[in-house]
Amino acid sequence: MSRWNNAKLVVFALAAGACVQAAAQTAKPLYPGVGRAATNAEIAAWDIDVRGDLKGLPPGSGSVSRGETLWEAKCTSCHGSFGESNQMFPPLIGGITPEDIKTGRVAALAKGGEQRTTVMKLSRISTLWDYINRAMPWNAPKTLTADEVYALTAYLLNQGNIVPDSFVLSDKNMAEVQARLPNRNGLTRDHGLWDTRGKPDVSAKACMKNCGPEPRITSSLPDHARGSHGDFVEQNRLFGPVRAVSLSGGAAVAAVTPPAAAPAADPAQALAVKAGCMACHTAKQRGIGPAFAEIAAKYRADSGAENKLMAKVKSGGQGVWGNIPMPPFANLQEQDLRTLVRWILKTE
Amino acid sequence: MNSKPAAPTGQVRPAPEDRRGFLKKSLTLSGGAVAALAGAGVARAQGDPAILKLPAHSTGLGQPVAARGYGMPSEFEKNLQRRESPGLTRAGQSSVAFTPLQGLFGIITPNGLHFERHHQGWWDIDPRQHRLMVHGLVRESRIYNMDDLMRLPSVSRIHFIECGANTGMEWGNVAVPTVQYTHGMLSCCEFTGVPLSKLLEHCGADIKKGRYVLAEGADGSGLTRTIGMDRALDDVIVAWGMNGEFLRPENGYPLRLVVPGVQGVSWVKWLRRLEVGDKPWDTREETLHYIDLMPDGLHRQYSSVQECKSVITTPSGGQVLLNKGQYNVTGLAWSGRGRVRRVDVSFDGGRNWKEARLENPVLTKALTRFNIDWVWNGGPAILQSRAIDDTGYVQPKIAQLRAVRGTRSIYHNNAIQSWLVAANGEVSNVQVE
Ligand code: HEC
Ligand code: HEC
Repeated sequence: MSRWNNAKLVVFALAAGACVQAAAQTAKPLYPGVGRAATNAEIAAWDIDVRGDLKGLPPGSGSVSRGETLWEAKCTSCHGSFGESNQMFPPLIGGITPEDIKTGRVAALAKGGEQRTTVMKLSRISTLWDYINRAMPWNAPKTLTADEVYALTAYLLNQGNIVPDSFVLSDKNMAEVQARLPNRNGLTRDHGLWDTRGKPDVSAKACMKNCGPEPRITSSLPDHARGSHGDFVEQNRLFGPVRAVSLSGGAAVAAVTPPAAAPAADPAQALAVKAGCMACHTAKQRGIGPAFAEIAAKYRADSGAENKLMAKVKSGGQGVWGNIPMPPFANLQEQDLRTLVRWILKTE
Repeated sequence: MNSKPAAPTGQVRPAPEDRRGFLKKSLTLSGGAVAALAGAGVARAQGDPAILKLPAHSTGLGQPVAARGYGMPSEFEKNLQRRESPGLTRAGQSSVAFTPLQGLFGIITPNGLHFERHHQGWWDIDPRQHRLMVHGLVRESRIYNMDDLMRLPSVSRIHFIECGANTGMEWGNVAVPTVQYTHGMLSCCEFTGVPLSKLLEHCGADIKKGRYVLAEGADGSGLTRTIGMDRALDDVIVAWGMNGEFLRPENGYPLRLVVPGVQGVSWVKWLRRLEVGDKPWDTREETLHYIDLMPDGLHRQYSSVQECKSVITTPSGGQVLLNKGQYNVTGLAWSGRGRVRRVDVSFDGGRNWKEARLENPVLTKALTRFNIDWVWNGGPAILQSRAIDDTGYVQPKIAQLRAVRGTRSIYHNNAIQSWLVAANGEVSNVQVE
């Protein structure tokens, strides 16, 4: 977050040709009337990045125990109580050993097989801090204070056995934690894929005639997986040099008539998408939250359901369908909330 | 082939074996059924009813102008849609929708079919409220609004964008059935905007000390990626135009970065901030994701370039050939390092190759369309394409990539794609050695 306005200046010069322009620039300002100087307050408001070398880290601190409380309140719904949940995203925690903390290389990454958790890959402590600060909670990013971010980072590190229960993380000791990260030595920049002029690591030859042995098929889709991506008939043109392979003869016949215009999108559904409900719910299938059809069935005979559920969505909560909590949606308008709940209760 | 001769539709072609008996039978079918068959190239003795009987559109009055203020594709084209790969991701706001490459022509992706990848949902941002900040190692930190940016000297250039994880599901084995899912995180548009070099010049960037530029999005994820200064000064564009109109909201309206040759994650959408610095940032998309796991357990960081690659789009997985005879085998080739110099096509799984025709224009870091004639003899065949770029780099086989990078790297799979054509005309995704 430091400012560079006073940094020693080097004249901007692109290439020999551009030097002419640069010289002209001292005579006349470039692009007069376009843009304006940024204020310090504006830069401070947006310059939130924390770099690998910890440049940009704001002062502050947070304990593991404060982090645990915050985690329970703001993060469990999607990541599970211990960051182990697989429902929303591959788990944050798991897969590392005390030996990894010593070597700075997570041994399981070389072995393969196991799921790659966030702590297994984590090589820069700044990444965890910066990302939680800018992007989490997923449905309400940039709402955490710096101290809260320290606390949540501390809690996750503690869950990964990288820091003890009593630990207080702060801008003062982030560098020490960096030196304990299990995969801190796990990255390499030794490859030719950084710049478009880099040197490739694989070099093939363009043989034209009688190349190599007779080709052998080493992999193909098993029959049961052919339908995994829907019916190809619905994903190809109905005319032209090829047709789609039909996985269900019936559907293909039904497609003879020109497709009718899609039904106008239900405004309640659009609202649900906009409000983020569909991140955890679907009409028919249980996701992180119950299916809307399940909810409708449960409350069919309950005349007070509408108001009860509106209150529930507004304040969030858990225990009715399981121990995953639904986050609160305190900012939803009363009107929208009613539309949503009525719509959910009508789900067949 | 599941369709039966009893259910001819013009949509689904019976297998060649079935077809012969079917043609004989069709001569005795009623007019309606024959009309349905006309699409499959079958005609009665007197001639094709599609010709003999004038249709409504030849004998009535059509729609007025501006019936649709923003034109839409024909209703008959509705099968070509962006689609998610079921089970790939868990929530639609952090997911991918793939471009239907199997049905597209030329090199330009229609705006409504450009692939999507968001981390925290997309927004339709009011351009009047949008700002771009340029700061860090610059003489003067500056704020630009859209009015400002669009007064600057602009360029329009055609470039491909490919997600680093395109074809990532296929590192270990065949995983998905069609080219939409194997290669559909790929699009190509004409982008209009101001070269990043102009903005850096305007702000007086210290390009000696400031060897890196951070780009940040305005959405919830605030996605951040480091761009090398050499790249930034070369051909990177701060873009608002896309195929003649403004960017679509799903693609970063009103402002995105265009980083030719580099994987899509660096093309930051809803671009709000550019910071010049003396070190790369190690952001989340540079240390936890978009890192390529090598067999020794090390991750390659800052793997950015999309190396030379090609794929046959028609015929491709999930399609079926109509019958023996002439086909135009067509596909796309591209390279993040420059122009496509040549594309070869094999019909026998890579034993023998023929040079394909490259269609103009052949542009640097853009999709290039290739075509080649093929007479299918009705027997099994394995179709492959192999691109070579102007650095001389030859697109590798999957086995050659695996020998160096293993099977777990997720990103940067530019292997030769193989499509098996079975004797019944069905095309499916296979890998060969
Ligand atoms: C509404 C669901 C939701 C909530 C609540 C939530 N997260 Fe997340 N979190 C996600 C999703 C989804 C991702 C992946 C985002 C992406 O794909 O870019 C994620 C990613 C992360 C990651 C990065 C993991 C990685 O390997 O890249 C961290 C760290 C994280 N969350 C921490 C938190 C913390 C701390 C909180 C509470 C303050 C929180 N999350 C609350 C859904 C949620
Ligand atoms: C982060 C995930 C998540 C999101 C986002 C979410 N829900 Fe839920 N929802 C849940 C969970 C988990 C439950 C089950 C809670 C319980 O067991 O008490 C639930 C339960 C419900 C219920 C039934 C409550 C009850 O007590 O039976 C309704 C109604 C509901 N959600 C509506 C909504 C609406 C409307 C939205 C959008 C405004 C929404 N949900 C967004 C996770 C979520």
